[in-house]
Formats: sequence, C-alpha cells, structure tokens
Amino acid sequence: MKPDDQNIQWMEPPALGMTGRSYLLLFAQGLTTTLKHLFRRKITVQSPDERHVIPEPLIYRGVHRLNRDEQGRVKCVACFLCATACPAHCIDIVAAESPWPDREKYPQTFTIDELRCIYCGMCEEACPVDAIELTSLYDLSGKSREEMTFDKEKLLSVYDRTKEAEPTRTRGSGFRVQGSGLD
Amino acid sequence: MLPTFLEALLKIALLIGGLMTAAAYLVLLERWIAAWVQDRLGPNRVGIPLTKIRLFGLGQPLADGGKFLFKGEFTPGLVDKWLFYLAPATIFVSAILVFAAIPFGSVLPADALPDSWGVTQPVHLLAAPGLDVGIVYIFALGSIAVYGVVLGGWASNNKYSFLGGLRSSAQLISYELPLGLGILGVVLAAGSLRLETIVSQQAAAGVWNVALQPLGFVVFCVAGFAEAGRLPFDLPEAEQELVGGYHTEYSGIKLMLYLVAEFLHMVTASFLIVILFLGGWHFWDLTDGLNGPGGVQVTWVVAVLRVMVLLVKVMAVILFFMLARWSWPRFRFDQLMDLGWKLMLPWGMVNLVAVAVCVEYGDVLAARVGLSPTAGTAAIGGIVLVLSWLVATLLDPTAGDNRPRREAVTPSFAPDSEEAPSP
Repeated sequence: MKPDDQNIQWMEPPALGMTGRSYLLLFAQGLTTTLKHLFRRKITVQSPDERHVIPEPLIYRGVHRLNRDEQGRVKCVACFLCATACPAHCIDIVAAESPWPDREKYPQTFTIDELRCIYCGMCEEACPVDAIELTSLYDLSGKSREEMTFDKEKLLSVYDRTKEAEPTRTRGSGFRVQGSGLD
Repeated sequence: MLPTFLEALLKIALLIGGLMTAAAYLVLLERWIAAWVQDRLGPNRVGIPLTKIRLFGLGQPLADGGKFLFKGEFTPGLVDKWLFYLAPATIFVSAILVFAAIPFGSVLPADALPDSWGVTQPVHLLAAPGLDVGIVYIFALGSIAVYGVVLGGWASNNKYSFLGGLRSSAQLISYELPLGLGILGVVLAAGSLRLETIVSQQAAAGVWNVALQPLGFVVFCVAGFAEAGRLPFDLPEAEQELVGGYHTEYSGIKLMLYLVAEFLHMVTASFLIVILFLGGWHFWDLTDGLNGPGGVQVTWVVAVLRVMVLLVKVMAVILFFMLARWSWPRFRFDQLMDLGWKLMLPWGMVNLVAVAVCVEYGDVLAARVGLSPTAGTAAIGGIVLVLSWLVATLLDPTAGDNRPRREAVTPSFAPDSEEAPSP
C-alpha cells in the first residue's frame, strides 16, 4: 500500500468533544461496564461436570459416521467422491466388488484420519448416497495416532451410537439406491 | 526486654511470609477478577492437594508456585549471564526492601503481648521504626526497581526484551517526577518524611489528604499506576506487541521473581496511596482510641482495628487496580509520554504550589472568608482540582496525532516529469 494511492479513502476519526477530552465520562463508562460484567451471570460451561449443549446437532460438524441402510449394511457404494472432495486428503477407501445385488462396489476398508481432518463437511456434501455424515460428537480424544485413525467398524459404531439422537439426513439425490424408498 | 534484633527479625519474618502469601493470592484474585469481568468463572478447580476437595480454587496459588519451582529453567545461549541473573534479583530485593519502611498498623500496646516477653514500650508495626526518612527510602528503592527491568531487557539479548527495557526506562523515569511531586505535597503539608507521622497527622485532623489535595491524589495515583507498570500503562510488558517485554527470555524461578515483584509494586503503590492520601489506618471513631491521662491510649482492640482498617483500604485500592486493568484501553507510547510530561508534571507543580500557599497563608485566607483552616485548605484543593482539570480539557496537551496524512506524504516516485506539478 502506498500512502499516495488515489484509491485509498482517508477517514478521520470523529473529534472528541469536551466530555471526551476531560476523560471523566469515559472514566465512568469504563468502570461501569466492568462492574456490570463483574456481577453478570457467567457463561462458562464446566466441562466435564456439565456438557456443552449443541443447539443444532444436525448441522454440527463433529466426528464422522458411516450410515447403515435398513438391513444394517454399510450404505457406502465406494464411489470415492468424498475422498476426492476432501481438502485434507484424510479419507482412504479400498473398494471391492459388492457382495450384494443392489450396487457394484462396496468399501472393503474405509479409513478416516481424524487428526488430519479439518471438519469442513465436504465429504458429507459430496456423498451421493448420504453414507458419510458428520455428527455432533465434539470431544474426540485418543492416546495414540493409531487410535485416531477411524476404520470402517469404528465409523459404523459411531452411527450406532448416534442414530437415535441424530437421524440420517436424507436429501434424495440423483444417485438412487434400490430399495431405499427414494425413487 | 525483647532484644531489638529479635523484634526486628520477628517483624521481617511476618512481613516476608505475609507478603509472599499475599502476592500468591493476589495472582489468584487477579485471575478471578479478569475472569469475572469477562463473564467467565476463573480458576475454581484446585483445592487441597491429593483430595477431590475444590475449595473454590483456593489451592491454585500452591499449584502455580509448584509449577514455577519445577519448571525447566532455560537460560538462552547469548545472554549476558551476570546481568541476566542479577536483574530479577535486583527487582525482587528492591520490591521486598521497600516494605521495611511501610507501616502496616500503628502501634501494638505493651500489654497486648505476654508478660514473659518483657515488652514495656509499645511496639511499632513497622520493620524499621526508627527510620525518619521513610518516604525518601521508599522512593529511592522504587528507582532501583528500574534497574531490574532495564538490566533484564538488556541482558536478554533479544529485540523484544530490549524494546521492553527501553520503554520501561523511559516510562518509569518519566513518571517518577509526578510521583515525587505528589509525595512532596503531602510531605510539605505534614512537615515530616515519616509515614507514621503523616498518618497520625491525618488522623489528628480527622480529614484525609485526598480531600485536602485532590489534585495531588490524582497525580500520585496515575503515577503510581505507571510506576507499577499496570494497565493502562503496561507498555514495558505489552504482551500484544512485545511478547513478554523485558521478561520474554526468563523462565522458571527467575520469571516468578519478576512476576512477584510486579505484584509487590502494586501492593506498595496501594499502601502508599492509602497511607499518604486515604488516611492510613484512620477511620474516625473506630480507630481513635481513648483519651487517657497521658494522651491517646491505644488498647490492643484499637491496635487490631487499625491494622484491619488499613488492610481493608489497601485491599480496596488493589481491587481498583485490578478493575482498572479491564476498564480502559491502553495508552500509546507517545500518549503515555505526553500524559506524564505535559499533564501530570504541571498538575503536580500546581498542586505543590497550592499546598505551599495553604501551608503558609491557609489560616489567614480561611479566617477572611470565615472557614476553619482545614475547610479552607479543602476548598482551595477542590478549586485547584476543578480549574486544572478544566484547563487541561480546554488545552488538551496530550492530543498527539502522529498518523500519516495524504498531503504530508511526499510521493516516492515522480510519474512523469512533464505532468508533475511544479513545486
């Protein structure tokens, strides 16, 4: 930025009046604000004694889960759209031929590195069959890096844990799954 | 007869123990106030060690102290070792030594102590009771504290530390002048350099110096804040721009010495504000004692009450110090210097002149308008305060503006010699 750039608009702060220059009013204002806050109700949530309440769990971006269909199978069709969309490259899928007649492929392994993930939700956006979703679980912790790499079973167990509280958000996309009741 | 050195040792032990505990708990109080002002709860988990009892977080100072003791103490490679070690010791020792001359009560009557101690004279609640130049001693040691900051900043061999040290040398030396002028007004009125005498004169008059010399009080308070390096004058540290200021490179126990010394400076400033301007241990009938045959009799109840009153006042001032931190924005460095030199110094001089006039002609002037000398002095003090504040508001000597302006900027290049306007 050059100081003589014609595109820069120079603003002047409003001039202080007598009250401002005498500093008395500002003195009183500052002190009253502080005193008001001193006795106000505190907003601290005392975790872990209290749990932080997430106002909108369905749009929260916490730990991932892999959804199951009605028959308890993994919904994922191993199309790799989530892995492609992922800006952090934290999703690793090994596809295999599907044992079921309603799709061609299914994920033999499905791994998410929760430490690399930036929780942007792009995988959720990209998924054509609503198989991967972000839940409202936010206090993710582990004692090793290996522990924080979630495999398919773990991601499915996250679904089992959260399916009552957070039902699957079905959006009905063009990519239809037979028997899903969406046609 | 209690040997004099034993008495002094007892007082010193009491003082150092009390001060260290007080400093530790003031850190907790500071964190609490900071949290409450920001709508948080603050430290409330640490209680009795090895149990689950929380005690509202009152164990936090213990945990903090232990953390400092056991934390790795790292000395950077290119520091000036001697000065690096000397600096925290200097600031801490000077901060502690100041309390030798600060009374934390008036006197303890001899009958309050067990007979076996053999005390016949009232015990002065002051580590160095014979010191006639108490205020000069405090002022001199306060100046030595600057060395701790400057040496620490210089020896660290770090740009941030160096800038912090430079800033603080400028700030502390600038604000020592208004601080001295504020003290001088009180000394002139009291005619003594002993803090005990200054308090007892306020008690005898029944009016505190804050009513008699309000302008001096303002000057002394502002200068005291600046000397303690507290917000809104915390430029030597200035975490926002200088990492940690002069103690950026310090860690472990040396850092703790710096932090404790900073809190002790605040405590010293509070004690001085209370003793010089807010009547010390005096609270009218509560602390006046009985008028016995040999003058004022101080029973041990009154002695304890005086200590309590003094401590409550000091606590109130400390609370104000802590609230002030979150109430007003910080000064820019040029504003800080302007405030010190263009406002506080003239105000201090005006106050000094007003006090001198009151001391010399106060009773004559007051008698002419039919007021008592004390009321006359208070009236003059009030008028001087209002007038000086009005003049400062009208002239606004601290309005410094160093922002770049378009017309003031010379173009760094000439676009075309033909089209360039002739100068």
